[in-house]
Amino acid sequence: MSRRTRLFLYAVLLALCVPFVFPTWWMITSSFKPNAEIFSAALWPRHWTVQPWRQVFELQPFAQQYFNSAYIAVLVTAGTLIVASMAGYAFARIRFPGQNGLFLVVLTGLLIPSEVTIVPLFRMFNTLGLVDTHWPLILVPILGAPSVLATFIMRQFFLTLPGELEEAARMDGLGRPAIFRRIALPLARPALGAVAIFTFLHSWNLYLEPVVYLSTRTRYTLPQALTQFTDAYQGQLWNVQLSAASMTAIPVLIVFVIAQRQFIEGLAHTGLKG
Amino acid sequence: MSTFWTTRRRDVLTGYLFITPAVAGSVVFVLVPLVLVLWYSLHEWNVLADTFDFVGADNYRALAADPNLPSVLRATALFSFGLVVLNLTLALLLAVLLNQKLRGTTVFRVLFFSPVVVSLLAWTIVWGFLLQDNGGVNSLLHGPNWLRSGGTAMTAVIVVQVFKNVGLNMVLFLAALQGVPHELYEAARTDGASAWTVFRRITLPLISPTILLTSIITVVGSLQVFAQISVLTQGGPGTSTTVLVYYLYQQAFQFHAFGYGSTLSVLLFLIVLALTLLQWQMRKRWVFHES
Repeated sequence: MSRRTRLFLYAVLLALCVPFVFPTWWMITSSFKPNAEIFSAALWPRHWTVQPWRQVFELQPFAQQYFNSAYIAVLVTAGTLIVASMAGYAFARIRFPGQNGLFLVVLTGLLIPSEVTIVPLFRMFNTLGLVDTHWPLILVPILGAPSVLATFIMRQFFLTLPGELEEAARMDGLGRPAIFRRIALPLARPALGAVAIFTFLHSWNLYLEPVVYLSTRTRYTLPQALTQFTDAYQGQLWNVQLSAASMTAIPVLIVFVIAQRQFIEGLAHTGLKG
Repeated sequence: MSTFWTTRRRDVLTGYLFITPAVAGSVVFVLVPLVLVLWYSLHEWNVLADTFDFVGADNYRALAADPNLPSVLRATALFSFGLVVLNLTLALLLAVLLNQKLRGTTVFRVLFFSPVVVSLLAWTIVWGFLLQDNGGVNSLLHGPNWLRSGGTAMTAVIVVQVFKNVGLNMVLFLAALQGVPHELYEAARTDGASAWTVFRRITLPLISPTILLTSIITVVGSLQVFAQISVLTQGGPGTSTTVLVYYLYQQAFQFHAFGYGSTLSVLLFLIVLALTLLQWQMRKRWVFHES
């Protein structure tokens, strides 16, 4: 490749980076701009202020909302890992009557976007008195359609395990549950990592469900809270909103930069949607 | 140990126990709601008025006569089509660029991928800010009020979504490109084929399974777009960006018409089902090479 071609390719790549990197840059820098400066085109705040970052916590119970999102995402991730790895293992490695039919029952979840069932699910949780609680945001992702992809991925992984490993373990007198926990699960770490990453992000980004189910501010999750930063006249407080958005995005970005290979491969090859 | 609990029987029992949460969850949270949504769609059901009356196919007649429906379907189709075309083209372009023997492509890969992990709402809000009349985009382009003009709102929403997720398809394309055997390229080059011919005759056919896969994932994902519409345009101006899921949300949860909302859910389900069946058909016919 000639030097000129190489320079040209770098120029193209750099230009293409702008719409990918610039918004995040703009989000973070603008969150430190005072109101008067917010629509200036400067790439860097002329007068730095942390006032918007402080206002985030004054205008909303933001710490509580942050905690809500975090604990829900952690519970959903842990629950999905348990449910999906157990089901995936059984469908891949154990023979039992009705296996294929039951697997099809689980797979229907892949066909049905969760938006299709939001009305009956709302009605179900309403009957149980669980509207405006976090239960729908925890139970549905762990047991319903969102976890089906996880089960499918775990099954595909366990199918590739060599049978001799289990034979040997059995000779040593291990029962099924022990083989699963001590042999299969440790080997499944890459698949579990991929499932954990996309499950966490899915829960962290969930928007339609919280908007439908939650009505009390202290119970809001982050995506919903981010849209609520307005002044008394419903005007948007851009720098406050962008501060809150930065706080939501930065921790995930940091983890991404540290573990970018796992993130990229995990997310791309497990088919995260939307 | 009793003789009844042989290893085989214990295995079967473990199998059933292991799948119980997943199967029960699918029944309670997927299959039963699916049946219920069909049942509800046959009812006139207003939550506020507390009415729930069987009306047969009335909701479906109302759907066919709904003056908003053509516009909603057009917006849904436009969004999906625009998104797929732009997303796949850009993803393929980025993948081809990153597949060159250049130093530092890992860094570019991380940068192009980074919006995927930025929280969806944060990404949408900052673009909403940039696309304001006096926002960052217009300080460069001096364009219209992107999100408030009928001619540009849909394009703006599509573009925001393309940049958010194109990194996923880019990585899939990159893996596919790296899977094309080197000998094929070398053979073509010895035959004196141009770079474009090589791309069209060798690369494209060989990565066609990935093209099909990514277009299906992208189309089905595009039908679920909600947050972006809700934050950027609220379906407007007029109903120009009111896609099916947003319309469903408005009918069911803003106007409290659960029966009609269920009918729209059934419509959404049928569209996804049709697309899935189409994909199976195309897999058999179109794809040149499947590993």
